[in-house]
Amino acid sequence: MVPHSLFVCSQQKELTSKKRDEFEDILEERRLSSDLRYAMKCYTPVIYKGLSPCKPNAIKSVVLQSEQVQYVIKQLAKEMGESPDIIQEEAMEILDEMGHSMQLGTVRFFAFTLSKIFKQLFQRVCVNEEGMQRLQRAIQEHPVVLLPSHRSYVDFLMLSYLLYTYDLALPVIAAGIDFLGMKIVGELLRRAGAFFMRRSFGGNRLYWAVFAEYVKTMLRNGYAPIEFFLEGTRSRTAKTLTPKFGLLSIVMEPFFKREVFDTYLVPISISYERILEESLYAYELLGVPKPKESTSGLLKARRILSDNFGTIHIYVGQPVSLRTLASGRINLCPYNLVPRHLPQKPTEDIQEFVSDVAYKMELLQIENMVLSPWVLVAAVLLQNLPAIDFELLIEKTVWLKGLTQAFGGFIEWPDNLCAKKAVMSGLTLHSNIARLVDGHVVLNDKGIEDGAVGEIVFKRALVILMCSTYRNQLLNVFVRPSLVALALQMTRSFRKEEVYSSFSFLRDIFSDEFIFFPGISLKDFEEGCFLLTKCDAIQTTQQEIYPTDKGSVVVSFLSAMFRSFVEGYQLIFRYLSKETKEAFTEKQFIPGVRSFVFQLLEKGTTQCYEALSSDMQKNALAALVQLGAVKKKKMSNGFSYSVNQEAIHKILDVFDARTPVQKPMAARL
Amino acid sequence: MKWNGWGYNDSKFIFNKKGQAEFTGKRYRLGGMVLPTFKEWIEKTFGASLEHKTTSRASLNVNDVPPPIVNEEFLQDLRATKISYSQDAEDRVFRAHGHCLHEIFVLREGMFKRIPDIVVWPVCHEDVVKIVELACKHNLCIIPFGGGTSVSSALECPEEEKRTIVSLDTSQMLSESGFCTGHEPDSMEFSSLGGWVATRASGMKKNIYGNIEDLVIHIKMVTPRGIVEKNCQVPRMSTGPDIHHFIMGSEGTLGVVTEVTIKIRPLPEYQKYGSVVFPNFERGVACLREVAKQRCAPASIRLVDNAQFQFGHALKPQVASIFTSFLDGLKKFYITKFKGFDPNILCVATLLFEGDREKVLQHEKQVYDIATKFGGLAAGEDNGQRGYMLTFVIAYLRDLGLDYYVIGESFETSVPWDRVLDLCRNVKERIVRECKEKGVQFAPFSTCRVTQTYDAGACVYFYFAFNYRGISDPIHVYEEIERAAREEILANGGSLSHHHGVGKLRKRWMKESISDVGLGMLRSVKEYVDPNNIFGNKNLL
Repeated sequence: MVPHSLFVCSQQKELTSKKRDEFEDILEERRLSSDLRYAMKCYTPVIYKGLSPCKPNAIKSVVLQSEQVQYVIKQLAKEMGESPDIIQEEAMEILDEMGHSMQLGTVRFFAFTLSKIFKQLFQRVCVNEEGMQRLQRAIQEHPVVLLPSHRSYVDFLMLSYLLYTYDLALPVIAAGIDFLGMKIVGELLRRAGAFFMRRSFGGNRLYWAVFAEYVKTMLRNGYAPIEFFLEGTRSRTAKTLTPKFGLLSIVMEPFFKREVFDTYLVPISISYERILEESLYAYELLGVPKPKESTSGLLKARRILSDNFGTIHIYVGQPVSLRTLASGRINLCPYNLVPRHLPQKPTEDIQEFVSDVAYKMELLQIENMVLSPWVLVAAVLLQNLPAIDFELLIEKTVWLKGLTQAFGGFIEWPDNLCAKKAVMSGLTLHSNIARLVDGHVVLNDKGIEDGAVGEIVFKRALVILMCSTYRNQLLNVFVRPSLVALALQMTRSFRKEEVYSSFSFLRDIFSDEFIFFPGISLKDFEEGCFLLTKCDAIQTTQQEIYPTDKGSVVVSFLSAMFRSFVEGYQLIFRYLSKETKEAFTEKQFIPGVRSFVFQLLEKGTTQCYEALSSDMQKNALAALVQLGAVKKKKMSNGFSYSVNQEAIHKILDVFDARTPVQKPMAARL
Repeated sequence: MKWNGWGYNDSKFIFNKKGQAEFTGKRYRLGGMVLPTFKEWIEKTFGASLEHKTTSRASLNVNDVPPPIVNEEFLQDLRATKISYSQDAEDRVFRAHGHCLHEIFVLREGMFKRIPDIVVWPVCHEDVVKIVELACKHNLCIIPFGGGTSVSSALECPEEEKRTIVSLDTSQMLSESGFCTGHEPDSMEFSSLGGWVATRASGMKKNIYGNIEDLVIHIKMVTPRGIVEKNCQVPRMSTGPDIHHFIMGSEGTLGVVTEVTIKIRPLPEYQKYGSVVFPNFERGVACLREVAKQRCAPASIRLVDNAQFQFGHALKPQVASIFTSFLDGLKKFYITKFKGFDPNILCVATLLFEGDREKVLQHEKQVYDIATKFGGLAAGEDNGQRGYMLTFVIAYLRDLGLDYYVIGESFETSVPWDRVLDLCRNVKERIVRECKEKGVQFAPFSTCRVTQTYDAGACVYFYFAFNYRGISDPIHVYEEIERAAREEILANGGSLSHHHGVGKLRKRWMKESISDVGLGMLRSVKEYVDPNNIFGNKNLL
């Protein structure tokens, strides 16, 4: 097999030579000139050179008449003994439900209202203009797929707003069907370029065919940039979610089949100083259901308009040519032997390639995520609960800033503020999370003194989860050196191969929690070691790795940063090791483990509030499935899980350092 | 014949004293005519300038030619057969190459490392048998030579060949009669029947007469193992895999084709050219596909893209009268202004009908009716005829280009109908992009035409040329780009070759093209027929 040399090399290179563009605030001009005039401005976007212009409705009929869709319709008609007309009718309904109907009028309406709203909510919206210029060139050359990170509903509104501002073709956006539940708003979004996909349609062949063809038709025609979220949904933890591959493989297919010469994938990193939905997310993670999208819900949310959500940074990354990524890696012969309109299951090679590309794009997103001072404050604060001296907090924040930059983190320190002011302004913006009391910074879990124990635990969990949302933004920057640090502590030995075994074990366990490029454990390990060596935290010889004297601060900080994950996973595994049921569903598992952890918190036997997070619980379960310690079976109504007790106990033993990790791969070192 | 370029000595493009392009000689319709817009087209398309000129060596320098390796015993045996032969340097060099760009470049500026040591001219089957016997006896290498028009490096001598290389020239083994075979490859004037068979050739009028495999009734081939042929001359037989198919396309690796029985047809009573303008290439391809589907393709139907249309336009001779120029202007006005065709997007199909006068006219109407459905407008006989003339003189044009730092070549493929458009677009784009990446300073000329239609697909022909000023190793750059273009063709579902063959130029893709086992099948035939590799030109396998 060809190694992922292309991917790995570029990663290494970027690590050492990071040069990033400057930001411009686009709200500044909005504050100076008329929003109305802005909304009515002459909008003549640059378009794809091979564009065959057509109206949204014409696309639908092209899709319906396409050989691809017609083929599936005929197949289904034959299988079900139904008349093709009826199925065609059904396909038309799907298209009507799905299709966007972008209208300039609606776009102008959004341009106007969003100007008003954004100016209310945010202090600044900063964009790297060079990125926009690169994007402009890319749009003219080849079909473009925009891949933004997803932290908030604001993401896609903001991105379209941005493209309008820069006179670029507005994207069509893959949105969840739930938006259609909101009256008016759903239709408005549709007219602003959103198209809607059902949450799951794996089994519905007609839906799949229509949807895939709809997306591909827009891509092939170069109708508009296509935008979707690799993460599939908003990350409730601000930690990048592992990618979904379905849509990505759809947009890559026209290139594989050579229906287009190339396709540009553009990673876009959108970072929020304060996330609009932060408290909603925390509730949701704790199992208080998220309110269904509804128009009245939106109107109720109006009161947040009076709140301040700081600065947004949008970094439009370098467009990545799919052709370049694929060169030398993909054997296209399978595509030559089947007529291109027949649905074809991608080969294993292709699937692996799609997955690699997805991870690469997410890593590129992560690389250009802007980290605010508050993110550093949150990370320090969480290691020093319940309170930390203000001056010490500042000192540690500054120290962490240096470390983050050494690890390649992208910190924007506003206007060269002095450290004290920066920390202070973070505290002001996030007064709902932490506050300054008598020279100490404490969590803002007001009302903690009164109320039942359970309520106290819940409130505390809420604030800690909100706070961790900010620390989490650092994690993917720190994960490689930190796992090395954790591995060093776990092994209690300095032998390189043993440390690597533990590293590899942790990397596997956390494979759904953090973003690792598939199959390059050793490279990740080396990168972690390299970064630790760079900041003098460890020394390495041919066979050994050991912390230096002054490095112990770094090593213990790094491992503490990830402690809640280690502890949380242990709790979850322990719960599963006590699971007696033959088989259970996710719906049973989540409340079960939640109440298990909740009890321990009430008793005070653990301080790991983050183990209450359903996100962590799901990730831990998924990791166990991948490691074979839990079996996942498809049932008629979702999945059922069954535990392999022996395997779980083995993993727990490794965590508790009762048994060393045994891995043959250590020999490769 | 030219020793360092294409075709007859008297026929070539030149720039006359007024700086206008002109085609010399009287052999072609274009002969003696002035092409007023051609210079401007060259300058615009390639960024070439008449001031920047390269010159070829005027004649072959005999001292550069590698000395012949011939063993005396063989020469004695050869003399005894009375077959004429030559060890003259010019005869040997002439048979050391085909017409690939790099070969012509070597002729102009360098010398081949290995060339045939001796040229023999057998005149009949028995002569060939004797030569092959001698070659086996003395362990020599034979390279059969027909017209020398190969564009796949098939005639190049393997550098590492230590044995005596005998070039076996078969071109004098043909005689004329009053019929036609209908087989008209673009190289028709120069290529040979044996060569057509050995390379699986295809002709322009294959729609009426068929490709070589449809025309051949019987083949006799002399191999080191003996003579291979069938025992009867029948239209079809079911006797296992057809042995003709081991021979057609064997590219001189198995033996020498000495006799071919081929179908002939009476000369056609009537010929008519025609042309159709389409608003764009997409519509044109759709029309050709429909014509193929209705199986009413004329003797020839070709669709050239816009760039090639403009190229053809640049070769328009000076018009004789004000009246014709006025008419031309009117036509142009009608198509571009009245019908709204964009002159930078439209494309042209050229047609050639052949047969009874009445049937031709009927056929013509049927084709034009289909064209109308796809937005096509009839554009006259003249344009059609010029299109065909172009294919015969294009090879001469390369020699002109070489004088002005422009190098180029053509290559072909076949592709299923549904991939024609994507393949054409992607290959052209790939060429443009590769040129940019390889430091070519001027945008390349990268153009294609759909040149044959079949039920299941089409043959697509690409021209690719660029101005290489500022590049130190143009041939290497050229070859890399052509290779990338071929990769692109394969990735787009096109074939390795429609009719140029594999030679040595495209060997590296054979396994991918016909699978391991397929390659093994061909190898085992070679091993049986020619175990000592007497036919050692190293083509194909």
